Amino acid sequence: MRKLQFHPCGNFKESYLEELAIFATDFGRLWMLIGLVLLFGVIPIPFISSPFALYILNTIGIYAIAAIGLNLLIGYTGQISLGHGAFFGVGAYAAAILATRAGFPFWAAVPAAGLVTAAVGMIFGLPSARLKHLYLCIATLAGQFIIEYVLVQWEGITGGAEGISVVGATLFGLDLGNDRTFYYVIFVCLVVMTWIAVNLVRTRFGRAFIAIRDNDRAAEGMGIPIFPYKLLSFAISSFYAGFAGALYAYYMMSITPEPFNLWLSIIFIAMIIIGGLGSIPGSVFGAIFIVILEEVLSHATQYLMNIGATGIGITIAPLREFVFGLAIVLFIIFEPKGLAEVWRIVRSSFRLWPFSY
Amino acid sequence: MEFFLQLLVNGISLGFLYALSALGFVMIFKSSSVLNFAHGELLAIGAFLFLVLSAWAKLPIVLAFALTLVGSFALGFIVERLFLRPLIGEALIEVIMLTVGLAAMFKGLLLFVFGGDIHDYPEFLPEGLSLQLGTIQVPSVYVAALIIGIVFLILFGFFFKYSSQGIYMRSVADNQPAALSLGVHVRRVFALSWAIAALVCAMSGIVLGIINGVNVHNLSGIGLKVFPVVILGGLDSIGGAILGGIIIGLLETFTGGYISTSLREIIPYIVLVFILMVRPYGLFGLVEIERV
Repeated sequence: MRKLQFHPCGNFKESYLEELAIFATDFGRLWMLIGLVLLFGVIPIPFISSPFALYILNTIGIYAIAAIGLNLLIGYTGQISLGHGAFFGVGAYAAAILATRAGFPFWAAVPAAGLVTAAVGMIFGLPSARLKHLYLCIATLAGQFIIEYVLVQWEGITGGAEGISVVGATLFGLDLGNDRTFYYVIFVCLVVMTWIAVNLVRTRFGRAFIAIRDNDRAAEGMGIPIFPYKLLSFAISSFYAGFAGALYAYYMMSITPEPFNLWLSIIFIAMIIIGGLGSIPGSVFGAIFIVILEEVLSHATQYLMNIGATGIGITIAPLREFVFGLAIVLFIIFEPKGLAEVWRIVRSSFRLWPFSY
Repeated sequence: MEFFLQLLVNGISLGFLYALSALGFVMIFKSSSVLNFAHGELLAIGAFLFLVLSAWAKLPIVLAFALTLVGSFALGFIVERLFLRPLIGEALIEVIMLTVGLAAMFKGLLLFVFGGDIHDYPEFLPEGLSLQLGTIQVPSVYVAALIIGIVFLILFGFFFKYSSQGIYMRSVADNQPAALSLGVHVRRVFALSWAIAALVCAMSGIVLGIINGVNVHNLSGIGLKVFPVVILGGLDSIGGAILGGIIIGLLETFTGGYISTSLREIIPYIVLVFILMVRPYGLFGLVEIERV
C-alpha cells in the first residue's frame, strides 16, 4: 500500500501532473467518498428527507448541471452569455418533443436534447467569431429574446403558451416518476457531468479555453484557433444547459415557455458569480445558495402574507426580487471570487489551525 | 397611403422616445464603458419621483420637475459612490452583473412601493403644442419629446466637444490610465457621468410616463429595448443613438402594421444580431483597435 499523502507546508510541486491533480491529498479522496455515500446512501432514506427536501435537492441538482455548463463558458472561456436560460428551455422542449412526437425513451431523449441544444448554442455562438465582451453579451441577449419568441410562437411544435406535457420518465421498465427515484437520476447525472467538467478543464481543450479567456489575441498568436474553440465552448455549455433542461422537463412533467425567460438567465449568471467564476465546485455552491435563498424568500413571503392583512402580502412579493439583487450586488462587491473562495479560506484556516501564518 | 403615413409618423415618434431614453445609457457608456442593465429602472425611478412630487404631493409642475432632476442627480451620485466605485478596474462580467443586480433591487423596491399598476400624471401640457400634418395628428407629448430630444442633443454635443468636464469624460472613456496620468480626476468623472445620466434618465422617464402612464414593467422593458437602439447607432455616439432609435421605431411600427403584431416586439433583436454580424461597432461607433 502506498503512503498516505498529506498537505505539505508549502508549494513543493515538481511536475505539471502534480499541479493538475484534482485531489492534492488522500484526504480529498476520502472526503469525496464520504460525500458520495452521503449523497446516494444516506440522504434519500425516507426517514431522513421529506419529499419537500427532496424536491429542493432535485432542483439544486438540475440547476447545478446548467450552472456548470455556464461556468465553462463564462468562467473558463470568458464568453459572456445572457441566453443560458433560453438554452435550458430549448433542452426542455427538445426532450419533450422527442419524447412525445418521436417516441424517444427517457435515456435517449435527455442526451439527444443536449445535442439539439448544443447545435442551437453553436448557432448563437456564431457572433463570437467577430464579437467580444459587451457586444457578444448583447448578441446573446438578443438570442434569449429570439428563442423565447420561437418557443411561444411556433405553436405547431411547441404547443404555444399552453406548452407540452411529458409522460413520466421510465428507465428499463423502472418508474422514475417520483421525487425519490428521480433524485438518483439527477444526482448520478450531476456527478458524471461534474466529473466530465473537472477533467475537461485539465485537457488541452480546457487549457485552450483558459488561454482564450485570459487574452484571446495572445492565444491566437500561440497557435490556438480561437473561433473553433469558442464555438466548442458554446456547444459544451449549451449541451449542459440542454441536458439539465431535459431533466427539468421530465421532472416537472409539463413545460410552458414562461419559466425560460431572461430572469432565468440572470439567475444562472448569479449562480456562477456567487459560487465563483472559473470554479466547477463553485457552480454547485452557487446553485445551492440560489435555490435555498429562493425557497427561504418565498417562505418568508408566505409567512408575512399569513400574519399580515391580505393586502400586504401582494406588495411584499417584490421584496424577493430586491433581496436577490442585493445578494448579487453584495457578493460582487465584497467577495468577487464567490463561495468557492470562502470555502477555500475556511478549509485552509482549519488546516493551518493553530499556526496560521 | 394614409395608413403608411400614419405608421411613418408613429414610427418616428416612437423612435424619438427610444432615442431619448437611450441618451442616459450612452452617457454612462461614453464616459465609463459600463453597460448599464439598470437603465430601465433609472428611467422608472425618475418617472416615479415626478409622480410622487406632482400627483401625490401636489407641488406645482415646474417645481416638481426641478426637484425630480435634482433628486435623480443626487441618486446617480449615490449609486456610483456605493456600488460602482468599488468595481473600478474589475472585470467586465462583474460590472455587468452588478448593474443586473441593481436592476433587480430597484425593480423590487419600486414594485414594493408603487405596485404593478399604471399610474397617471395630472394633465399639464398645453394643447397648443400638438401638430397637424395634413390629415395626421401628432399629439403634443410627442412634440414635447421632440423638442426635449433636440435640445439635449445640442447640449450634449457642446458639452462633450467644448466643456472641460466633457473632454475629461471622453479621455477617461478612451484610455483610463492615460487620463489618470495626465491629471484627470477619474473618480469625479465617473460620479458626474452617473449623476448626469440619472438626470437624463429621469427626464426621459417623465416623457415616457406622460405618454404610456407610469408603470414599472413597461419602463424596465424599455430599458432592454435600448440595447438594439444603441448598438445600431454605435454604443458611444449620441447622434447614432437618435438615428438608431428612429430606425428601430420605424421598424417596429411597420412590422406591427404590415407583418404581424407579435413579431413587432422581437424584430429589433433580430436586426440587432444581423447588424452585429456585419458591422460590430454599429453605424457610427468608434472602431476599437486592439493590441496584445
